[in-house]
Parts: sequence; structure tokens; C-alpha cells
Amino acid sequence: MGRKLLLEKAHVPGIRSYEVYRREGGYASVEKALKTMSPEAIVEEVKKSGLRGRGGAGFPAGLKWSFIAKPEGVPRHLVCNADESEPGTFKDRYLMEFIPHLLIEGLIVSSYALGSHATYIYIRGEYAWITDILEQAINEAKANGFLGKNILGTGFDCEIYVHRGAGAYICGEETALIESLEGKRGNPRIKPPFPAIKGAWGRPTVVNNVETLASVVPIINLGGEEYATIGVGKSTGTKLISACGNINKPGVYEIDMTISVEEFLYSDEYCGGIPNGKKLKACIPGGSSVPILPANLLLKTAKGETRYMNYESLSDGGFASGSMMGSGGFIVLDEDQCIVRNTYSLARFYRHESCGQCSPCREGTGWMEKLLYRLEKGEGKSSDIDLLWDIQSKIEGNTICPLGDAAAWPVAAAIRHFRDEFEWHVTHAAEAQTSNFGLAHYADPIHVPTV
Amino acid sequence: MVQFSEEKLAKVKELIERYPEGKQKSALLPLLHLAQDSFGGWLSSDTMDYVASLLSIEPIEVYEVATFYSMYNTKPIGKYMFEVCQTGPCMLNGSDNIIEYISKTLGIKPGETTADGLFTLKTVECLGACGYAPLMQLGKHYREHLTKEKVDEIIAECSNTAAANN
Repeated sequence: MGRKLLLEKAHVPGIRSYEVYRREGGYASVEKALKTMSPEAIVEEVKKSGLRGRGGAGFPAGLKWSFIAKPEGVPRHLVCNADESEPGTFKDRYLMEFIPHLLIEGLIVSSYALGSHATYIYIRGEYAWITDILEQAINEAKANGFLGKNILGTGFDCEIYVHRGAGAYICGEETALIESLEGKRGNPRIKPPFPAIKGAWGRPTVVNNVETLASVVPIINLGGEEYATIGVGKSTGTKLISACGNINKPGVYEIDMTISVEEFLYSDEYCGGIPNGKKLKACIPGGSSVPILPANLLLKTAKGETRYMNYESLSDGGFASGSMMGSGGFIVLDEDQCIVRNTYSLARFYRHESCGQCSPCREGTGWMEKLLYRLEKGEGKSSDIDLLWDIQSKIEGNTICPLGDAAAWPVAAAIRHFRDEFEWHVTHAAEAQTSNFGLAHYADPIHVPTV
Repeated sequence: MVQFSEEKLAKVKELIERYPEGKQKSALLPLLHLAQDSFGGWLSSDTMDYVASLLSIEPIEVYEVATFYSMYNTKPIGKYMFEVCQTGPCMLNGSDNIIEYISKTLGIKPGETTADGLFTLKTVECLGACGYAPLMQLGKHYREHLTKEKVDEIIAECSNTAAANN
């Protein structure tokens, strides 16, 4: 049983209320930070902790904080990214729904560290009921002196506001999120300038994921150095993993990043294996945009070493034979699933979510969806597979924001590892409509692709 | 003529005050949610023009936002809208069958509304609840772990509520 820093108390009866949360030791980090630490000292602790952004990119959070500009007389803002939309990811919802005060506590400490007196939670529009939960928590924190003017008599003022989006995956990208916060379409901005210099309303702004900001609470309580001892290498602390697809126990798990992928997938403490005695075919380990891996490369690396649930191990082998930790959305596909169909479904998602600003993404995602639809329906040609490869390679790296890459990677990885299944959809078009390609060699002990 | 109640106008004022002075346009998304909830579940051009006037911005600034985000309905919808997720993980757990079943039961295709104006079926992309698939959004909440039986129950529940309110 791994150590839990975020969800340890998530199921204490009544923890959603301020009274119970406080009785269980909540808001201690605010007292410690505001009364005994300088903002700079908090940034240092977060740096020491090695905390990496939990939204998907994994950028060191303390370093990101240290970039914030501090021009005289210009307000600064912290914005919490709760626009959780990466398919396979539902961890932030869980945290906010079950233990909302943990996020509010993390936000107060982080706002103090960054000098934000007006902090915003940008939450995806569909999480309408969670907006109510968060606003209730904010009101309770304010009624108890943890928000508003002169918090705990320290002279620090801070308000937190919830800003609801309205259905757009792209607003999870930090500059699109800022545009949306300003009441505009979610079109990402060209960087530089980075938000830390010119963000919301032209002011220095830091945007961090929900889990990242909640993790500031244990970092302050334990101290950055002790936090850094949990986990392994540059994967410090604990990580929330949302597991779904063909598994016995879908849900959100807090792991310390020393467990193997095999243990996470098969042990009853976590996913509990695959239902109905089916075999593992493939897995997308970090949210829909990270490369899909066939069974043999998921559990072991190309070198035959055990693969672990952490940033370094999941990306071992690069895109040729590895994947990414991403947002922690762990999607499992059993032997009955069709890779072409799954890739089509994801391509449709990215086409729908492209903001339309950059032509490689706007046009390319549409082309990929159409080609995959054709292949899936048994109407494709062998050359379509090469065309798909060509299109994805021309989207990647050629767009303002990472949505283009996010749309290209799943297609590239599916062709890289499962090309014979795509070919089969062309050569056995009729059969592919009624039966399944199955496991083929994907579950062999080791199969290293050459692409 | 669309017009918020006094109570809702107070809410509008409170929403605008959340953002820096002079940056009242930032309240556009929350105001559009409020307007959609208040004026029949969709945004007519009159409604959008009214929101523009409340924020002292041009109507076009409202139209371009309303058409960008998938949760704003720019056409009338049924009293109950079933927004069924169809993305990756939901698809792996049989969302296509659920969509087909709803479609057959209600006699409408995705994007359509039943003749009695009660139900609209819409397919949506990832709702961020993949572990509880298949699922749909119905109003403010999610209905998760859908089966055909559950769909029947939800349809009956909506029909009964509508009948009771008439």
C-alpha cells in the first residue's frame, strides 16, 4: 500500500465540509506558510520538492513559479487549470468532488507565494455540479478567515473565483485558457510572451493544474526535501492515475511512482486486471494523446526491463518503444478491441476539438478522421495508411499549440505498433466488419518495432 | 424582449465584479450560461444581443464565442437533452450501442429533437468521466454506467416529471 498525500482523507465522512476538513488537520499549511514563511521560501520549497506539473507536460512547478515577472504596480494572477478534458483523465474531478478544501488550501498557499490577490479556477463547463461544490468550499473558507481581506491577520488579501468554461478541450492549453478567461474564443496565443510575463489581461500569470496546486499542501506540511524522498528519480511525490477501459476496477488511484505497470494493472489494490479472463492487447498509459503501447512494450521496456508507473520509465525508449506519463489517464484495451476503431474515435475527438487557427491541425485532423473512418468501414486502400502517416508527420511541430502534436501522436503510434492490423482492414475488408484482428504478436514477450 | 429578473441582474453584477475593472468582457462565458439557463435552454440572437448590451461589447463578440463552445445551443433544444459521450474510453465500453439504443427508442438521430419537444439526442466528446463509462450529461449532472435498462428508466423519469409539471 503506497503512501497517500492527496486522497488519504478523501473518504472521511463529511470531509467536503470545512468543519470536518479542518478537524482532520486541514488548512495547517496556510497557517504555516502565511505566518512563518516568505513567498520566496515557499517557491524554494516547491523547487526542492521536485514537483512536476500534473496536467500532462510534467514541467517542474517550482521553476515555472520562479519565472513570474514582478513589474512594479502590476497585479499578478494564479489560475488553476481545472479544464480536465484529455480523454482517459478524470482525476481532478475526483479530487475536487470529494475533497474540495484541499484544492482551496493549495490555492491560498500558492497565491501567497506568487502574490496573487485574485485567483481563478477555470473549470470545464460540463463539471457544473463541481462548480457548486467549489463555491461552497470557497464561501466556507472565507467565513473562517482563510480568504478575503487580511487572512489570519497576516495582511495578505486573496479572493478565489470559479470561472466555468463551456465545452472546449483546447481551453486546457494555458494560453487558450487565458483567452477564454478573458471572454473570448479559446484560440491559443503565440509564445513568447509566456503567461508568466504577459498572461491574463496582460498581467503576469501562472497557470497550474488542480493536482499540482493541491500537492503544494503536503509539500508545505512535510517540507520540500521530505516530499522529494517519496517516489523515484525525477518522479517525486505521489501521482493520481485515472484508470479506465477494459479493467475490473476503473477509478482514481493515488500511487507512489515506484510501482510497476504490471502491478498497477493486475493487482486488486488498483485496476484488478482485465474482466472476463481476457488478455491485454494495448494500453494508452497517460491520456489519449500519448503513444499507445502494445502489451509487450507496456509491461517491459524494449530492453526487457520492468516498466514502472513514473515519468522516466513510461517514456523509456522514446516514441519508438515508449510512451509518456502525460496526465495519468490510463486506458486499457483488451484482446477484443480494434485498434483502427479506437484510433478513429480519438481522431474524431481531435478534429472536433481543433480550434481551427492553424491550418495543419484544422485540415489535418479532418483528413485523419476521414481516412480512419474509411479504413474502419473496410473502404480503405493500402496507400491510405501511408497517407495517414504523412499527414500526422506534417501536423506535428507545425502548430501554435500542442493540440496538433496531441492529435498526431495517437495516429503515429497506432500505425507504428499495429500497422499489420491497419493492413488487415484493407486486405480483409469484409471480415474486419464482423470479426476482430485479435492479439497477433502484440502479446509476445518482446517485439521491438523498427520505425 | 429578453430581460433578466432583478435577482439575476444582481447576479450579473456580482459576476462582472469578479474580474478586473474595465475587463467586464471576461464575464461573457458565465453570463451566457446564465442567459441560456434563463431563456429556454438556448441562445437566440436577441438573447446574445442583450448579453452584449449588459457587457458593453459588440454583438459579434458574443456570437463568435457562443458558436465556439459546444455547450452553448444556438438553436432550440428539447426539454431534456441527452448528451452521450462517444470518445475513446466510452467507445471501448459500448457507448455506440447506447447511442443507437436511445436513437431507436426515441425515434430520433443524434442532433434531432422528438416531435413533442421533450427529448434531444446529442453525441459529445469526452466528458471527463471515463472510469464510469458509458455515460451522458443530463442537465447539470452526469448519468453514469449506462445500460439499456438505465436508459429506459431515465426516459421514463423525464417523461413522468414533464407530465407531472403540465
